[in-house]
This record gives sequence, C-alpha cells and structure tokens, in this order.
Amino acid sequence: MRPWYARNLAKAAFFATALFLAPFFLPNEYYINILILGGINALIALGLNLLLGYAGQISLGHAAFFGLAAYATAVATTRLGLPIPVGMGLGVSLSALVAWLIGMPTLRLRGHYLAMATLGFGIIVHIVMNETVEVTGGPSGFVGIPRLALLGFSFDSDRSYYYLVAAVLALAALFSLNLIDSRVGRALRAIHTSESAAQTAGVDIAGYKLFVFVLSAAFAGVAGVLYAHFLCFVAPSSFGFHFSVQLVVMVVLGGMASVWGAMAGAFFLTALPEALRGFEEVDILIYGAILVACVMYMPMGMAGAAAGVWRRIGRLRRGRVPGQGEGGHVG
Amino acid sequence: MSDSAPLMSVSEISVRFGGVSALADVDFCIAKGTVTALIGPNGAGKTTLLGAITGMVAAQHGRVALEGRDITDLPPHVRARLGVVRTFQNLEVFANMTVLENVMTGRHALAAYGILDGILRTPRFRAGERACREAALEKLEFVGLADKKDVLAGELPYGSQRLLEMARAVAAEPRLLLLDEPAAGLNTQETKALAGLISRVRDELGITVGLVEHDMDLVMGISDAVTVLNFGTVLASGPPARIQANPDVVAAYLGD
Amino acid sequence: MFAAAAQYLVSGLTVGATYGLTGLGFTMIFNTTGIINFAQGEFVMLGGMMSVFFRTWLGLDLFSAILLAVAVTALVGAAMERLTIRPIQGSSPINLVIATIGVSILIRGAAMLLWGKDTFSLPPFGGTAPIPLFGAAVQPQSLWALAITLALLTALKLFFSASIHGKAMLACACNRKAAHLMGISVARMSLFSFALSAFTGAVGGAILAPITMTSYDVGMMLGLKGFAACILGGLGNPFGAAVGGLLIGIMESFGAGYVSSAYKDAFAFVVLLLLLFVRPSGLFGKSGAERV
Repeated sequence: MRPWYARNLAKAAFFATALFLAPFFLPNEYYINILILGGINALIALGLNLLLGYAGQISLGHAAFFGLAAYATAVATTRLGLPIPVGMGLGVSLSALVAWLIGMPTLRLRGHYLAMATLGFGIIVHIVMNETVEVTGGPSGFVGIPRLALLGFSFDSDRSYYYLVAAVLALAALFSLNLIDSRVGRALRAIHTSESAAQTAGVDIAGYKLFVFVLSAAFAGVAGVLYAHFLCFVAPSSFGFHFSVQLVVMVVLGGMASVWGAMAGAFFLTALPEALRGFEEVDILIYGAILVACVMYMPMGMAGAAAGVWRRIGRLRRGRVPGQGEGGHVG
Repeated sequence: MSDSAPLMSVSEISVRFGGVSALADVDFCIAKGTVTALIGPNGAGKTTLLGAITGMVAAQHGRVALEGRDITDLPPHVRARLGVVRTFQNLEVFANMTVLENVMTGRHALAAYGILDGILRTPRFRAGERACREAALEKLEFVGLADKKDVLAGELPYGSQRLLEMARAVAAEPRLLLLDEPAAGLNTQETKALAGLISRVRDELGITVGLVEHDMDLVMGISDAVTVLNFGTVLASGPPARIQANPDVVAAYLGD
Repeated sequence: MFAAAAQYLVSGLTVGATYGLTGLGFTMIFNTTGIINFAQGEFVMLGGMMSVFFRTWLGLDLFSAILLAVAVTALVGAAMERLTIRPIQGSSPINLVIATIGVSILIRGAAMLLWGKDTFSLPPFGGTAPIPLFGAAVQPQSLWALAITLALLTALKLFFSASIHGKAMLACACNRKAAHLMGISVARMSLFSFALSAFTGAVGGAILAPITMTSYDVGMMLGLKGFAACILGGLGNPFGAAVGGLLIGIMESFGAGYVSSAYKDAFAFVVLLLLLFVRPSGLFGKSGAERV
C-alpha cells in the first residue's frame, strides 16, 4: 500500500493518464475542441464545488469571475501590449481581488439572500461588460486576443492546447483533493453542516468562507485566461447569468461535495448540447428535460449514482453487506 | 473543591431579542475545577446565557471574563481557541463526516499546519495530521465510541451522537466545557453513564464544566455548585444541597 | 424637471407592478414549499405571449384572450408542480431549484418553437390618448396596470385573511409540520400555490405586454427582477414583495432617466446589493435570518 498521504497523488496521476489518453479515442479532431472547453468548465466547477459542495455557500455569479479574468488578459495582452504570462497573472489576480472585495460584505448573507446578492453581482458585471464598449468591445465581443505562447512554445494546435488544459486540470484536482483531506477541508464541511458547531471547534467561519470564495474565483480566473487565449475572442454572452446557473448545475448534477462529480458534471453539460445538435430545434427541450430527469432520478448526482452502483457491485462480489469503508465522503 | 478562583465570570449581562428581555443583569461565575450547573424553568434564559458566554448571542450590556481576561468583544471561534467550548441542545454533529473526522474537526485550532502544508503534503502536515488523528482516537476511546470511528456521524443512534458531541468538544482541549442539556432524549441508563462521563471530564481531563440541564437527579448528583435562573435573572446560587432547600427555587419550579 | 420626475415615477410604477406580481408569485411558492421557483419568470412570459397568441390566432377579443391565457398559465403551474416538484419533494432544496431551472428551460424552449423568436405586442386595454397628470403624460395602460395590480393585491389579501384555503396557505407558511398535523393537506397547498403563482405571474405578463412588447425570452430578466423584488421586500412577506417590485421599477426608471439608460438593469441590482449589506434580510424581513 502507498502511504496514506500520497493516496490523492495516485488518484490524480490516474486521472492525468486518463486525460492524456482521451484524445486517442476521439473519432475526429473537432472533438478536441469540446474536450478543451469541457476541461475549462471542469476547472471552474472544481472551484465552485469547493465553495458550494463543501462549504455550502451558493454563488449564482461565478460566470463573472470567469469573464473578468478573460477580459483582463485580453485587454492586457492587446491594448496594453503586455506579455501573455503577465496578462494571465493579471486576469487571475483581478478575479481573486474582486472576489475578495465583494465577498467581504456578501458572505455575511445566508441562503437565498446570498444567492440573490451573487446573482446581482453577476448581472452587474455582465451589464458593465456589455456597456463599456471602449474597453471590452461591447456585445459584439473582443477580437484579436493572441493565442497562448509560453516560454517560446506556442500552443497553436488544439492538441497541444488540450494537453495544457489537461495538465492544469489534473493539478487543480490534486490541489482540491489535498485541500479537502486536511483540516481546511474539514472546516469547510463543518461550516456546511453547522456554523455554530464549527465556531465552537475554533473555525473562523467568516475567514474560511472568504478564503474559499476567493479560491473558487481564482479557479474560475485560471479557466478564464485559458479560455481567452484559446478562442482568441471573448464576448459578454459567454459570461452571463445563464452560464452562472449552468456552473451550479454542473456541480449539483455531478454530485455535491465530490471532486470527480463536479468535473464529470462539467464535461457532461459541455458535451450535451453538442450531442443534441442533431435534434435541431428541439435540442433545448431535450436539454431541459434531461436536467429535470437528472435531479429526479439521481438526487445525489452522478457521483452519488456511481457510488451506489459501486456499492452494489461490491456487495455482489463479496456476497454480503460490506462494512463501513474508508473515508466518509466521496473524495 | 469549589470556591477556588473563578475560571469564568459573567457580570451584569443583559440580552434582549427585539423588545423581549432574555437576560437582565445576570452575574454568574464558574469556579475552576468544578461542575457548575445552571438550572431553571423553560425560557429562563439558560441557553441564552451559554450563548452569551460563547459569543454566539450578542449581549447588549455586561462583560464576560475568562481567568480575569475580558473576552466580551471576541468572536466565538476566538473564545473557543482560548478554551470556551460548548455542545448543543439540538445535536449539531457533522452528519456527513465520519465519527473520527468529527472529533478531528474539534481539534481544528490545535492542528499546527497551514493551508499550503496540506496541499503540498509537507512533513509538517503529515506530523500534524497524525497527531490530530491519534488525539482524536484517544477522545473517542474516552467516551467509548472508538469502534465506531469510521461510521458516518449521521448514522449513529441518538445517544451515541450525544457522546460524539462530547468527544468533539473535549478534543479541543477546552478549559471550560459548556454542556447544553446533554441528557435530553437519553434514557435513565444512558443518563447515568453520562453522569459518570461528566465527572471523568472534570477529574481525569481536568476540564471545568458548565452544565445546563433539566434532569435534577443528574444535576444534584454531580454538580459542585448550582445557579438558578428564572425569567432572565438569577434566583439563587450555591451548593446543591442549599439550592434544593431554597423555598424560592421550589416555588419557581412548582409555581407554574 | 418636475414633469420628468412624475413621468419616471409613473413608468416605474407601471413596470414595477409586474415585478411586484412576479415577486408575489415567488413568495407564495416559497412560503408553502420552501422553493425558489426559477420558472416564475416564464409564467410572466406565458401570460403575455399567450394573450397575444389567443387574440391573433384564435381571434378572441382582448379580454377573453387574456383570461384564457391566465387560466392556461395557472394550469401550466399546476402541471409543473405535479410532474416535477411533487415526485421529488423530499429532495434537497438545491435539487428542487435545479428542477425549476430545468422547467424554465423547457417552457422557454417550447415557447420559442411555438411562437418563434419575434417580439409581439398587445394592444392597450382601453384608450390611447395620454392623460396629463402633474405635467406628465400618463398612458391609460399604466393606469390599467396599476388598477389591476391593486385589485389583485386586494383580492389576495382578502383571500389570505378570509377564505379557508388562504388561511391554510398562511398556516403552511408559518409551519409546514404543524399545518400538516392540523389536517391541512400540505401537498394540495403546494399544488395550489404553484397554480396561484402562475396565475399572478401571468396577470403581470399580460398587463405589461402592451407597454414593453413581449417575446419568448423575456421571462428570465422578469423572473430575476421578481426574485429581487421579493428579496428586497424580505423573503416570505408577500406584500413586501409587491412593494419591493414597485420600488425596483421606480429605481430603474429614475436610474434610466437621470443616470444612464444603458445601465437601467444594473441600477436596481446595485441598490439591492447595497441594501442587503446594510439589512441582510431585506426591508421587511425578520432579522432572524441574520442570527448566528
């Protein structure tokens, strides 16, 4: 057996291998695009999962952090002529900074009030993106963002870009797993269940909420800069309320408080519209119906459903009811 | 044993919810090394007083001091780190964590490693986490739940959840442990075991205990001192025998 | 100057009436079921679009068309509760919310398929000659909108305080378990609240359609404003939601008039956010939500 503290490293390595092999099973290169976008969405979902799935704090404005970073690096690398890595750093920092500023007053709110406040924040940012035409290009979008090049290597091919996104995603997954399997993760889950009990255990709930909010915004920021330098074009319509809701759906559909579930939900919801493209106009109806069906038939999300299947297999194989396994939550 | 220096003292504390006064100028102290009970009819303000001591309820007026240090303006988690830890009347176990994780969470402030240590799995993280796990197991042993360590806390029977809350609270190594109706919902046998456990918390772990409780047998059996609250004011306080003989107290309990 | 202000006030109140009715719908469902129904805005859209549809395609007169539209929308609300909410009522709140999001996508998608992406308008309910009032030119439709809203609020108030169903709904709002013990069928109240919310939302959509035009996708923004209205008023307080809606309408209208029309939609949200930072449970909400 590997030592306990390296367990997550093994899981992440396995995941990285799977991501590495995925392109070889694709029928054609077009699907690489979807994988890249799925990976970028999975990155945001990972961060949102820390906030929503673990700490139990909703954000209906996460698309804003994704968009702020994308626009920041877009402006920095074109209008300001800064090098791409600097632009990306600025983008992520801007998302984190805005999250910190908005998080301080907002995270005092609870439940639906928090949902409303984050929603309102997202809408305000979205409107500003639409209206500050001199900076963002307005509704028609921002063109001419340079494709990513780092340390003299330019990620011109989609395949190379995919491997970059995959590497970042695997690292982010490892980061999340390790964070959760530590006192920080326990504190976050404690806040989710009972704030008073968390306080009496010495957990600074305001501090941790702000920390995880900023962290999840930073995840969205990393996704945002990767997005901008991949498509080389950004428009406000990608960063509206609709996308914020979609992000929440990814986390919930994947399975709250599961790193793998959040990523699975993200890849699933990214690929679904593509898969439904053949249905022409009724695709939106099918999409809505699938959403409703998922929450009706998989109340614990994909991770919960998978865990159920796994338990059943185990029971069949051992031919008896299994004892309590290791780890109380789906890692 | 009692009448040594007060570990915790509350002076002239007043709490109002809206226009309703829950506590009016209450003085209360808990001597070091004692089990001090806080009793009174329903709605007398006992739980509110616990809230004011832990900082979870905002007091309009009055001071709270721990070993002479004024902690009135400190938030609950800081008071917890200084040693004021409580349990809850309506169980607040972390239902989605295992029993062991619950108790490890109780040691949150004692686990000496940072966020980055955890992410990078540094030696400091490994040492801290191992120590935390061992200490938590020890506390589970103490309350008798060690064999349940990997069970999800929400799946424990009610009585065991009470014990788990106790284990989580003592895991923080508090100086003052405040128990809010720990016997509520327990049967006679479980209550008897609880009485033994509370005495052991005081005697073996050296933790001073503040006890809010309705079960008079439990209170009179293990307390070193008793304070009676009625309508948000202190009616009487003293050793259990004297309280039981106090006509005001008898009237308050039987009167309505 | 004064005339302009009066003009903004009237147009703000008119739009605010619809926000208020939408917010009221949110509140009624929230009170009986604890769910924030993200399909609420689609009810408003259906109210407007179906009025248009029944008038032009079925050749009904305006009022019959509106009545039919409102009735059908109430049925849609009831069907939504039966088919998607009832089967998962024990589920976690976030799952229920996502189910309502799924339904809203379905309704919007169906509306797009049925009626296309064009915008439509409804003729005003009566009269087109502006009425001068404090120097402002008031469209008769504004008065219609306000009068209908007021009438509906009064009717609901009476309903809640006088009828057995209304009282039962209030009881559910106070304490669902106790209501159940008292023999009130919480399930029927849930169904009823969806139908009534859909009805209220549809009225809001119908009175607004002559003023702002309508299309398959107006539901989302209207729903968000309605949600903002009930949060502003304090979640759970039906008439707080109505007042919240009027306030948001007025803020928007003044913001658009005096600051910038481009930021019209942002204005209300900025004020709402600032308010929440000062009063975390809205204007008329109980401060209980704030306690630790």
